[in-house]
Amino acid sequence: MPKFISVEETAKLIPDGASIMFGGFMGCGNAHRIIDALAKSGVKDLTMIGNDASLPGGPMGEEQYGVAKLIHNHQVKKLITSHVGLNPEVATQSMQEGTLEVILVPQGSLVEMIRAAGAGLGGVLTPTGVGTIVEENPMCLGKQKINDREYLMMAPLRADFAIISGYQIDKAGNVWYRGSTSSFNIVMATAANVVIAEAEQVVEIGVIAPENVRTPGMLVDYVVEGGLY
Amino acid sequence: MEQSGIKDFIAARVAKELKDGDVVNLGIGLPTLVPNYLPVGVSVTLQSENGIIGTGAVNASNHDPIHVVNAGGAAAAVAQGGSFIDSATSFGLIRGGHVDATVLGGLEVDEEGSLSNWIIPGKKMPGMGGAMDLLVGAKKVIVAMEHTAKGAPKILKKCRLPYTAVKCVTKIITEMGVMDVTPLGLVLTEYNPEFSVEEIQAATEAILIISPEIKPMFA
Repeated sequence: MPKFISVEETAKLIPDGASIMFGGFMGCGNAHRIIDALAKSGVKDLTMIGNDASLPGGPMGEEQYGVAKLIHNHQVKKLITSHVGLNPEVATQSMQEGTLEVILVPQGSLVEMIRAAGAGLGGVLTPTGVGTIVEENPMCLGKQKINDREYLMMAPLRADFAIISGYQIDKAGNVWYRGSTSSFNIVMATAANVVIAEAEQVVEIGVIAPENVRTPGMLVDYVVEGGLY
Repeated sequence: MEQSGIKDFIAARVAKELKDGDVVNLGIGLPTLVPNYLPVGVSVTLQSENGIIGTGAVNASNHDPIHVVNAGGAAAAVAQGGSFIDSATSFGLIRGGHVDATVLGGLEVDEEGSLSNWIIPGKKMPGMGGAMDLLVGAKKVIVAMEHTAKGAPKILKKCRLPYTAVKCVTKIITEMGVMDVTPLGLVLTEYNPEFSVEEIQAATEAILIISPEIKPMFA
């Protein structure tokens, strides 16, 4: 059974220098309240792993949306991601100020590298990136030819923490995602030492039909009720 | 041709490449205009790589940007009969050859069908997002772009910018013509009658092979 904690308590779990996977896509499906707590706590030197750097300007008028807050606050020293183009702050910190290291990975490789780590696999063989500068990526372990097709060998990717976001989470930690928010949340829940899940709504066991559970509660260590949007 | 009409002209020609029932991924910008020009009787399923199969029109009743966005992060909606999937499933479908066509823009494309569209070293490093996977996995890769960048050729003998993927492009569609990527090189199969074949070649660094069956675009 997961432990139910307050939003403020989540920040106390995460020390300076931690690596954190964050689910979501361009802010949609980020664990917004947990990110707010981290932004407030001032935790620093974080390695953040996720699809993108989100963007300034959220749908509810947020100045910085989702994970963009932590980048804006200079709390992130390394970002492993597939796309940063919608958040100009990343270019400022990585190319001009030199304070943020960005490692770019193709989106499909990134999600599969995380899945591999969570599924106990030694890596991923993918045709994506062959003949490109992805071959020079520190997480690319080499090339392999199978049936005359070339593949890149990509390392599995784990983190200290995963912060994921579901619409409803029941008292057993089972997660149901709404709309397109499942994105990276599902694989990330399998590939971190500690999984903290934010619910918009915590519900009783049984409210989420077992067949609608996308992340089983056994993967979730902590649940936070963030509130409905 | 008038600059203001170029994007729609290209999009309209791309639309003719899509078949009824195709699963299609559209890149941002020009490719998003393509559905406006689908011929009557052709209906395609639009896939958004962040996790929507079958995107639909956003309206007042389904507008929910907190929970439903497209691959550009903008508010999106799912069409009747569509579904939401997670990123691992989405990219499994993309790499696994389950997407019939992808349409995307390019900074440079070359006669081997290699494409560069994700990075200008030292200047712009937005990241590749899902583009590398789409290029490698989609059955048909259609590059839809303006033929030149301020007069400078974008269709080259060999890309000079870092590749997004090598030897992946099926077809290039511009305001000047339509080119197929073949083992022999780029074959010009259609031309916009506003330009002569000589003018199209002059705007192209790669050598164009003129198809014996060449015809005007939209003919």
